[in-house]
Amino acid sequence: MAKHETPLLDQLESGPWPSFVSDMKLEAEVRAKNEAGIEFQIPVDVVDDLMGVLELSYVHGRTHWKHGGIVGVFGYGGGVIGRYCDQPEMFPGVAHFHTVRVAQPAGKYYKADYLRQLMDIWQMRGSGMTNMHGSTGDIIFLGTRTEQLEEIFYELTHNLNTDLGGSGSNLRTPADCIGSSRCEFSCYDTNALCHFLTNLYQDELHRPAFPYKFKFKFDGCPNGCVASIARSDMSFIGTWKDDIRIDQEAVQAYIGGEIAPNGGAFKGRDWGAFDIQKEVIDLCPTECMWMEGKELKIDNKECNRCMHCINAMPRALRVGQDTGLSILVGAKAPILDGQQMGSLLAPFVEVNPEDDYAAVTEVIESIWDWWMEEGKNRERLGELIRRAGFQKMLEVTGIKADARHVSEPRCNPYIFWKEDEVPGGWERDVKEYRKHHKR
Amino acid sequence: MAEVEFKGKKFVVDEDGFLEDFNTYTEEWVEFCMKEEGIDTLTEEHWNVINILQDYYKKNGIAPMVRVLSKLTGFKLKHIYELFPSGPGKGACKMAGLPKPTGCV
Ligand code: HEM
Ligand code: HEM
Ligand code: SF4
Ligand code: SF4
Repeated sequence: MAKHETPLLDQLESGPWPSFVSDMKLEAEVRAKNEAGIEFQIPVDVVDDLMGVLELSYVHGRTHWKHGGIVGVFGYGGGVIGRYCDQPEMFPGVAHFHTVRVAQPAGKYYKADYLRQLMDIWQMRGSGMTNMHGSTGDIIFLGTRTEQLEEIFYELTHNLNTDLGGSGSNLRTPADCIGSSRCEFSCYDTNALCHFLTNLYQDELHRPAFPYKFKFKFDGCPNGCVASIARSDMSFIGTWKDDIRIDQEAVQAYIGGEIAPNGGAFKGRDWGAFDIQKEVIDLCPTECMWMEGKELKIDNKECNRCMHCINAMPRALRVGQDTGLSILVGAKAPILDGQQMGSLLAPFVEVNPEDDYAAVTEVIESIWDWWMEEGKNRERLGELIRRAGFQKMLEVTGIKADARHVSEPRCNPYIFWKEDEVPGGWERDVKEYRKHHKR
Repeated sequence: MAEVEFKGKKFVVDEDGFLEDFNTYTEEWVEFCMKEEGIDTLTEEHWNVINILQDYYKKNGIAPMVRVLSKLTGFKLKHIYELFPSGPGKGACKMAGLPKPTGCV
């Protein structure tokens, strides 16, 4: 017998998509039966009460969580999102319902054994409910009480060698696409770089020292499978400098219909026979491709590495061999001054694990030095760039301005000059001027 | 809202143990919080941080940014965590009687 009636939620058990309501009911039942004999450290009926309060919110059309919440573990300034129900008498199981962010492995590859151990901790000390994963990347433990936080942290660190993720005005948990682990488009090992920088900047992640939050994300190529350009203050996107590698025989196999275009991604509908002219050459944004007899040609110096031709014919075309990454900065959601995507800061940066990615960390740290000093309270990097100017950011990172920094030059003439760039400087005497121009 | 009593003084606090009203702060409050915040003995440095937070709050109506707190106290963030293990927000601000930090924490 369910603890609360949930007629509205029950409707979400029909239909083909996996139902979160059915899953919650299953977990509520597992806890109620407790066949494994677990010594639950928070109320057994936490899941029932969560469904109860959710049903109430469906009825009211309003949330029933109180504002904010400040809880955590000693030594860290973040990692746990405190939360309290505003109807604790009605739903005592979720009077405390804190979320714990747990650091996930790069690329989110797991072994069953590891996940089992995680769940052993969480079944006993939490609600048993999770979010796999939060948008930023963390494993999310959804719902526990304050007294359990240090216990969970102790077991995570001592038994599972696993740390918390980030929250607050700090470096949040970095995340990456699967990169070269399973993708032939990857221009650098995103897993390795993501892991390395997460370890290098643990202090910045666990103890908020920034004006506001700051996120890293790592895409192996411009396809953007982790959406770094839209979801990270500093976005690292793989690219290459040399020529696209062409296998002319494979090109012919695509033309002859032996290989399906786009890895067969459009097989669900009849789009007609593959037409390399129509589907690749005519769609190249820079019009830098053509057929010369049976040979596909690319004028690589005009190619902007958009990935289209490679995506269309992955067995014939490959990214170049002289690879690295671009760094884009400033992406953020609308609050306060409007949404932004990353703007190109460093067109090509070397990715070298041998020297601990010195070229990458240099850009990161010069950006931090500047933003930590100049950023206003709760001002994202993207907003500081708007306020202080892109030029200022180029100065602090020591990157020389070039045409790739803009999609178009400015059209207003409000141009600032530095005093030392102007012969004679700014100190002028009006009397001197009056000698030549009468009032 | 819960009410706690310590050394004859009463304090109204929220679930996270923050004072509901800055004006109800007394020095007993700091002593009361110590244990919960993982502090064995209160040193001059603890009081230094607490006093600076209170001055700043009285003047500006907000808590200082971490960077500003470091500048005002002369303590690096690392040292602030040595003094207040839960950090400047949950630890020091709470003990100084300031309102609970808000936002996307
Ligand atoms: C070589 C001579 C001049 C130059 C280079 C110049 C340049 C400019 C520029 C760049 C603006 C801003 C335009 C904009 O809003 O986009 C402006 C606005 C203006 N100029 Fe001139 N100007 C010159 C002479 C004059 C003279 C002789 C007068 C009046 C006697 C004048 C009156 C104004 C006024 C009233 C505006 C304001 C328009 C507004 O903001 O709504 N300008 N000028
Ligand atoms: C009642 C009289 C006036 C009013 C209501 C007025 C109003 C304005 C306004 C609204 C602007 C635009 C400000 C902006 O874009 O932020 C402006 C700009 C300007 N006005 Fe006037 N104005 C008056 C008189 C004058 C006079 C007498 C002169 C010159 C002899 C003058 C010269 C200018 C100039 C040069 C600008 C351009 C400033 C800039 O764009 O940086 N204005 N004025
Ligand atoms: S972003 Fe590029 S490299 Fe990474 S998984 Fe997607 S296609 Fe592959
Ligand atoms: S990657 Fe894009 S720009 Fe470059 S040749 Fe292919 S389609 Fe054209």
